[in-house]
Amino acid sequence: MSFEVPDELRYLESHEWTTVDDESVRVGISDFAQDELGDVVFVELPDAGDEIAAGEEFGVVESIKAVSDVYSPVSGEVLAVNEELFDRPELVNEDPYGDGWMIEIAPSDGVGYEELLDADEYDAQIA
Amino acid sequence: MSERTPPLHGVHETRGATFTDFGGWQMPVEFDSIREEHAAVREGVGAFDVSHMGEIEVSGPDATTLMDRLTTNDVTALDPGDSQYAAVTNEEGVMLDDTVVYRLPDGIEAGSATASLSDLDEEADGDLDATSGDPAYLLVPNAGHDEEAMDRWVDYRDEHDFDAAVANATADWAMFAIQGPEAVDAMEAAAASPESVTGLSKFQATLATTGGVASWVARTGYTGEDGFEVMCPAADAEAVWSAFDVQPCGLGARDTLRMEMGFLLSGQDFDPEEEPRTPYEAGIGFVVDLDTEFVGRDALAARQEEGGPDETFTGIKLLERGVPRNGYAVTDGDLTRIGHLTSGTMSPTLGEPIGLGYLHAEHAEPGTEVSVVVRGDEKRAEVVAPPFLDR
Repeated sequence: MSFEVPDELRYLESHEWTTVDDESVRVGISDFAQDELGDVVFVELPDAGDEIAAGEEFGVVESIKAVSDVYSPVSGEVLAVNEELFDRPELVNEDPYGDGWMIEIAPSDGVGYEELLDADEYDAQIA
Repeated sequence: MSERTPPLHGVHETRGATFTDFGGWQMPVEFDSIREEHAAVREGVGAFDVSHMGEIEVSGPDATTLMDRLTTNDVTALDPGDSQYAAVTNEEGVMLDDTVVYRLPDGIEAGSATASLSDLDEEADGDLDATSGDPAYLLVPNAGHDEEAMDRWVDYRDEHDFDAAVANATADWAMFAIQGPEAVDAMEAAAASPESVTGLSKFQATLATTGGVASWVARTGYTGEDGFEVMCPAADAEAVWSAFDVQPCGLGARDTLRMEMGFLLSGQDFDPEEEPRTPYEAGIGFVVDLDTEFVGRDALAARQEEGGPDETFTGIKLLERGVPRNGYAVTDGDLTRIGHLTSGTMSPTLGEPIGLGYLHAEHAEPGTEVSVVVRGDEKRAEVVAPPFLDR
């Protein structure tokens, strides 16, 4: 089974992705992660305005069978959260890189967290 | 301990199942998605491989007495082809396991049941009462409990000098559960003489040929839906499994289905070490017959005389977003602990978060407002008497 790993994104070993932009990035979990979790039934996210740190947990995603913390690939202020997921958590399964995004962050240090993987590195990790 | 595998592990792997460790067994947890598999059973039909269930065969002149002493229900009420739900309790009345006890055709010898199914099927020709010989029973302990059950039965027999043979036949058997409102249709397609099976009433069992294989088929299950459990020789497992051309389902859906019905999971909703409970606390007092003489009977009778249990097994529905889980505390909404959950999930059928657990009796009345502590936050919840679905 192969999973989608878009080239333009950066990844954490713990299976989160981020877009790359100096002003505002989007963050979510990877195709591999949603498949491992199975049917997602609940997502807990921070509030807009909260400060979060790269490498630290910012939310929780729960499937029928598992509870998993979600870690941030960047540091900064939360600009927006995807409230659609509160009513339709299954979007994380259906479209993990699109409608299943979780939060938008104004990166305080750019997308420079040294633990980030590029698509090839992440693909190798889940292979 | 090395992992045990069901006879069809490779077949399930090829079908794309993911696996989990369950009671020392490597079992399919999911074939497609828990949600799809759950819906198939509620709305159509699904097939589970439950070969992790144990099989202890007991036979001989004292078999009935031995079974009656070690299970809480009245075994003397069973005729060949009957079965009953029961608990296995220790001297203190604490549940070690829950189980189904089947009375097999007379004359089966413990340790050879799978080998004699096809001869018996011909001989009995649909009439189990026509069989002759000593009584024989099949005890079905939960995953990983077969060895302790075997020891318990053998030790008790030896202590009391009963004339009964006991065999742990878990490796001889495969077991499948065919469950759902369309289970009858699936059985009609798979069984050689479907009417002998589809005519069974709840908790009745019979000899039948499924997928061309002599099998023991019962109208039992763990989902709340109509359905059958099919037990056959492990060597013939694939012929039987492939005779049911229906949605394969894993233990993930089996768990969500049983939670919606409020059915107990051994080792989680009760456990002699982690969650010691009597059948009364666990809400299955109906399997305890105090007029029979069984290990734990006196302790349970004494507890009943003192009044009902302090804590009872019940359900809750979360009224806020979240998912109740095993181990979460239940409070009165004001930080005072009144119980805890032993099971929980997002109910696929209802789309609502549901939980099962033990609450102090004075807070266990349906409709009582309580809270469930989810990662440090009290979330509003309501006590609901299970089942969560009308079935």
